[in-house]
Amino acid sequence: MTATSSPSTPAAPVVGVLALQGDVREHLAALTGVGAEARPVRRPEELEGVHGLVLPGGESTTISKLATAFGLLEPLRARVRDGLPVYGSCAGMIMLADKILDPRSGQETIGGIDMIVRRNAFGRQNESFEAAVELDGVSGGPVHGVFIRAPWVESLGAGVTALARHEGHPVAVRQGNLLATAFHPELTGDHRVHALFTEMVRRAD
Amino acid sequence: MSSTSPSTPQTPETGTARVKRGMAEQLKGGVIMDVVTPEQAKIAEDAGAVAVMALERVPADIRKDGGVARMSDPDMIDGIIEAVSIPVMAKSRIGHLVEAQVLQALGVDYIDESEVLTPADEVNHTDKWSFTTPFVCGATNLGEALRRIAEGAAMIRSKGEAGTGNVVEAVRHMRQIKGDIGRLRALDNHELYAAAKELRAPYELVREVAELGKLPVVLFSAGGVATPADAALMRQLGAEGVFVGSGIFKSGDPAQRAAAIVKATTFYDDPKVIAEVSRGLGEAMVGINIDTLPDTERYAGRGW
Repeated sequence: MTATSSPSTPAAPVVGVLALQGDVREHLAALTGVGAEARPVRRPEELEGVHGLVLPGGESTTISKLATAFGLLEPLRARVRDGLPVYGSCAGMIMLADKILDPRSGQETIGGIDMIVRRNAFGRQNESFEAAVELDGVSGGPVHGVFIRAPWVESLGAGVTALARHEGHPVAVRQGNLLATAFHPELTGDHRVHALFTEMVRRAD
Repeated sequence: MSSTSPSTPQTPETGTARVKRGMAEQLKGGVIMDVVTPEQAKIAEDAGAVAVMALERVPADIRKDGGVARMSDPDMIDGIIEAVSIPVMAKSRIGHLVEAQVLQALGVDYIDESEVLTPADEVNHTDKWSFTTPFVCGATNLGEALRRIAEGAAMIRSKGEAGTGNVVEAVRHMRQIKGDIGRLRALDNHELYAAAKELRAPYELVREVAELGKLPVVLFSAGGVATPADAALMRQLGAEGVFVGSGIFKSGDPAQRAAAIVKATTFYDDPKVIAEVSRGLGEAMVGINIDTLPDTERYAGRGW
């Protein structure tokens, strides 16, 4: 007998945005714009129903401390180990790195991407910039990269693909179901990166 | 405005409106803390602050000491920049463009053109478009907020009444700004021109606010926040984050109070969390009743 209804991922995947601190609203809007059902996540139980998760831009030390204090770090690590698709921008990229070069005391990451990131690698706010970025896997021309006190990937493991570089440094990477960018597509109104991620969520099943 | 045009630059471009305003977007949901030493800056960072404001004296001490309050010593700002990895802000006097130039040269991440310092110009604010470093400015109502944005401010905060530990003025200003925005939303296109005249703000910005239902830049609260509940109150009233000045390092246990205010700012709508973090914090700063403050000692009236 064949099943009449399939329990596979519904047409509009539920994508959470970690809402401890940062530009949560912009990610929720971008995800909604590409057909996902977006919802903020601040508590461990709110993680349960999501098919994918976005780690927003913000201050990585703050997000790390709040995730630890409110018991989110271990549940997040467990979901990442189980294959949950996760996309991190800027601070979110730092949270997905297995290792931070020169972390602050007690700064924990969720990890999952075999890479070392350098925080504020492009400099302080006065050096923050916008530039066109050629991103593998995204068609229709370069994306508009907004780099704000942005990190770069200092070194990456064999299983990690660099999808984009700026001045030679990897600024977008993917490993399995994990995607990270040093820049902020959520600030531009160009939703192609969120569309790519939502497609990853759909395919992850 | 052309400066917020979405076109992608051919060569990397710094100091754009998007980069300046986008920086403030990254601070949302967070707490920015006044600090006067590198040690305090580290305490703030460890407590989860999203940024620190480097200054020589917290507003409560500026009130106590009197005299002219100016930009901080560059050595002191350098020391704080050196001590932490989070963004560092610093204050310039209203209209003191050279103090602002110096702060930019020092590499601070945000300049607060602040009424807490003694104004240098009683007519003009600094032309903030001409800087690479973004600016935050205080406002007591929507018209004032939009005049600052027209001058190039990339972030707005309520003025409140700094250094009093009394949240009443911050509440007044936040309600005023949000109320003004709500009233604009109810107007039709024909009425927006007269509204711009009344607000003494550029028509284009007035129309943008009427369409968005919010300021085109991030709105924080400042001036008088002393407890986790104060911070949560300001967020419930519409602030996207809070500045805490004297409230932390003029209290009994700054590290614990700072961490508690950070948590209450994130879980501003969860009274159980706010109750939990409010336990055992020791003494809050004593505070000042604002109706006993003479007009000459009220900072919110500075700036126009």
